[in-house]
Amino acid sequence: MNVLRFMLHNRGQVLELTLEHLWLVGVSTVFAMLIGIPLGILIAHRQRLNKPVLAAANIIQTIPSLALFGFLLPVPWLGDRSERLAILALTLYALLPIIRNTYTGIAGVDSAVLEAGRGMGLTESQLLFQVELPLAVSVILSGVRIAIVVAVGLATIAAAIGAGGLGEFIFRGLAMVDNRVILAGAIPAAILALMADVGVGWLERRLRAR
Amino acid sequence: MPEPAATPVIEFRDVSFRVGQTQVLSSFSLQVFKGETLVLLGRSGSGKTTTLKLINRLVSPTTGEIYVNGRPNTEVNVTRLRRGIGYVIQDAGLFPHFTVERNIGLVPSIEGWPKERIHPRTQELMQLLGLSPEIATRYPHQLSGGQRQRVGVARALAADPEILVMDEPFAALDPLTRDDLQREFLLLQQRLHKTVVFVTHDLREALRLASRIALMEAGKLVTVLTPQEFVKSSDPWVAAYVRAFGDGLESAANRGAS
Repeated sequence: MNVLRFMLHNRGQVLELTLEHLWLVGVSTVFAMLIGIPLGILIAHRQRLNKPVLAAANIIQTIPSLALFGFLLPVPWLGDRSERLAILALTLYALLPIIRNTYTGIAGVDSAVLEAGRGMGLTESQLLFQVELPLAVSVILSGVRIAIVVAVGLATIAAAIGAGGLGEFIFRGLAMVDNRVILAGAIPAAILALMADVGVGWLERRLRAR
Repeated sequence: MPEPAATPVIEFRDVSFRVGQTQVLSSFSLQVFKGETLVLLGRSGSGKTTTLKLINRLVSPTTGEIYVNGRPNTEVNVTRLRRGIGYVIQDAGLFPHFTVERNIGLVPSIEGWPKERIHPRTQELMQLLGLSPEIATRYPHQLSGGQRQRVGVARALAADPEILVMDEPFAALDPLTRDDLQREFLLLQQRLHKTVVFVTHDLREALRLASRIALMEAGKLVTVLTPQEFVKSSDPWVAAYVRAFGDGLESAANRGAS
């Protein structure tokens, strides 16, 4: 129980780094949703765009995270503050699951239902907001859930470029060869990921269209 | 028979529709008059559904024009046009995430009716279609096939359109439920006198419901006949259709264009 004692002793810092971590994950997830959901809707409606967009998101996903942080470091405005850079990188990684699930959710809406709606005189935006999005919302949220869980893990690497977060403990612990310090970062991160998973999962089930 | 002087509510003027190399519809002309039930009859792929979708512009013709209420339907705002034409499809196409009440009240609600007006209207329609009031809060997946189709018809009637277009609305139902719904449709039509275009491949259904039957084959209009004329016709296509459905059809023909 050395770990717990260490965490309790440094609770101020644990809390501070956890909040930093949450901030990185939260802001990047919001950005990824703002970009990814409209993009997913777009490629569900314009099938020709779906391959190139999903391919691009896929390619981003394959870049090793440490390398991506490194690549972005020399970029002028971004490099000024490592936090900006971390948020951009995390946003990029969160895009794929959000775009893909939005696309799957919207494309999966029964075409007979859409045609009935169109035939009744719903406009395209009424169809989107009253039919397609409500029917796709649980699939979209499951993409958001995946994105958050991945981001919680990835955000620990942001500490490597000095963006803070629970990774600070992990890197410090690695340098000091002290498991207590590593776990002081890893345990709260795991708890965050679990909480996000359960919380968004609950929302997903509540909003699932009948 | 419709009076010759009457202006048609719907008129196809030399309409053709082509997708790539496939001629779905060619030089199709047809008039539908106020208050009649015109049944488009034909086998799968004969162009019935396309013809129907041309009316509410879910499909646009390659050449020719479709007049609705005396105006080319392209001159009317497409949303306005569609809201004035009730649309019923097979399996009803109900919104799975809306209750029965919201499904029925959708067009009135997007038309901006106040709630105090939508609620009694849905109640009225549910009663008209023989739906018990307690299903108002149910979702489509909690209904039987017959109930769903009734809700589909109620939804199409909600904003009281003059025209109703129905695409094989009863085809997916079991024979007994279909029989019920056909009977109710006739009763409803006696009260409401909508101008109905009804697509089916079922000759018995056509004979029972139609004022006039328009037989289609390979994208062409073969002939337009009343049910009584239809069963006696010597036209080879008509005769072939009648033969395929077997005996006892004379009695199936309704009282015709009364």
